[in-house]
Amino acid sequence: MGTLNVILITGRTISQGITREGKKKLREYMESAAISEMDPEDLAKLGVKDGDTVRVKTSHGSVVVRAKASTQAPHPGIIFIPLGPWANEIVGSDSDSVGMPTFKSIVAEVEAAPGEQVLTALDIIKRRRG
Amino acid sequence: MPTVLTDVVCPYCGCLCDDLEVVIENNKIIETRSNCELGTKRFMEIDTQARLKAPKLRVNGELREATLDEAVRKAAEILVKAKRPLLYGWSCTECEAIRVGVQLAEELGGIIDNTTTICHGPTTLALQEVGISTCTLGEIKNRADMVIYWGCNPMHAHPRHISRYTTFPKGFFRERGQENRTLVVVDVRYTDTAKLAKFFLQIKPNYDYELISAFRLAIRGHKLPENVGGVPREKIEEIAKLMKTSQFVAIFFGLGVTMSGAKNRTIDNILSLTRDLHMFTKCVIMPMRGHYNVEGFDEVVTWETGFPYAVDFSRGYPRYNPGETSAIEALTRGDVDAALIVASDPIAHFPKETTRQLMSIPVVAIDSHESLTTEIADVVIPAAIAGIEVDGTAYRMDHVPIRLRKVIDPPKGVLPDREILLRILEKVREMKAAA
Repeated sequence: MGTLNVILITGRTISQGITREGKKKLREYMESAAISEMDPEDLAKLGVKDGDTVRVKTSHGSVVVRAKASTQAPHPGIIFIPLGPWANEIVGSDSDSVGMPTFKSIVAEVEAAPGEQVLTALDIIKRRRG
Repeated sequence: MPTVLTDVVCPYCGCLCDDLEVVIENNKIIETRSNCELGTKRFMEIDTQARLKAPKLRVNGELREATLDEAVRKAAEILVKAKRPLLYGWSCTECEAIRVGVQLAEELGGIIDNTTTICHGPTTLALQEVGISTCTLGEIKNRADMVIYWGCNPMHAHPRHISRYTTFPKGFFRERGQENRTLVVVDVRYTDTAKLAKFFLQIKPNYDYELISAFRLAIRGHKLPENVGGVPREKIEEIAKLMKTSQFVAIFFGLGVTMSGAKNRTIDNILSLTRDLHMFTKCVIMPMRGHYNVEGFDEVVTWETGFPYAVDFSRGYPRYNPGETSAIEALTRGDVDAALIVASDPIAHFPKETTRQLMSIPVVAIDSHESLTTEIADVVIPAAIAGIEVDGTAYRMDHVPIRLRKVIDPPKGVLPDREILLRILEKVREMKAAA
């Protein structure tokens, strides 16, 4: 087990799209958005399986999500977290003065996080409020 | 007896598919036909536990039910008291509501912005500099023999785009549909869209600008390095040759291009590639717009103020300076002191630090369902769903206005966004006159 240097992409998926309205408090939303889609090679390198918890860190923070074997592979060295509060835990607000934060191609690290809990969307918001 | 409504418009994504059949019985939707998975869920899951049916006000930290008059009064109080409120959201409501939103922003001296700011804002900045060669989706269906998806995955975000508008359908000049077209996908992952393509170019993250430049060089016959952004020279030259020899090239691009790298400068480059190709053939380009009426906001606000998004009325006249007057910066820097959020969930979709600022100011949320933003709001007003419970106008991603249809009645006492906003506007004017 170690740390894997990756590029983080955030974006839409069909299951995130289905759960984006009226389901933010449901487990279904967590299952669709509190995940990190990873290339099978990267999962093996990290020694984690589909469904295990991983910690993703960027210069903006860290978040615990569940690793998921990507259906859009191969993409070694790239992880994908669907749009939502989990992804936004580790995305910065700076927009290079054009209004658009950098939601894609972010330098990140992933490591196994056995036993750590994936927060619900509501818990993330509570934590941000302090 | 069930009733079948035909030619219903789907208020989910920028495709605005207008060929749906919706079966209703006793004011309930029991089935939709010809719809994608996203649109089906949109129609079938409106009456859930998360549906907002009564206004709420935050009292001693808890949201409590209130009357609509109480909620409208409190919303107006918050907005009138603010020096520079932010009015944000708007991409999932009808144009008629957006028009009232612009009036309200002007009356309040606030900023009005929509989700364009975090999707195709960079596209708008680029096309204001270099222009855009575009057309309707109907023209692409009838004419395009080469279709390129760059940095987008319509099989997930716009599931009927490929089958209804661009690649699979038979067109007037493309009688054999897909057989008459070449599909090319450029992406960092081997997406479900890429799996359908004849050519897939797997680009390294942040190399879009370089690869676009390589295509611009290749179509002019210049020499290329062996590899650009992970794509071999031979592949680039092969696609460039195909671009030049096709009769009608249609390029679609998504957030893979707008959200990384040089942002608007990358878009500037891809719009310029389109222009360059006109030396050899016909080429059009179109951003893949996400929410069903994100384009409608840009249209309405442009004809009302002259600017498409991030419009600031704080000096008494409309001013536009994305990077200063856009929602992310205005919130992150603490430049706004209250927010009205309409049909959107920025608490879920803005970066962490920006949401912290939003949570530190009074928030009024108008929405059909509970969201993370309604969770933190001080005033929550339930709204009817445009395109399902009320009619209205929306703009498809190719700038074509389409009339949304009402298929069932909204819950009792729940009004359309436009009526709620009109009531708030009237109350704001009343309070300002009395001050």
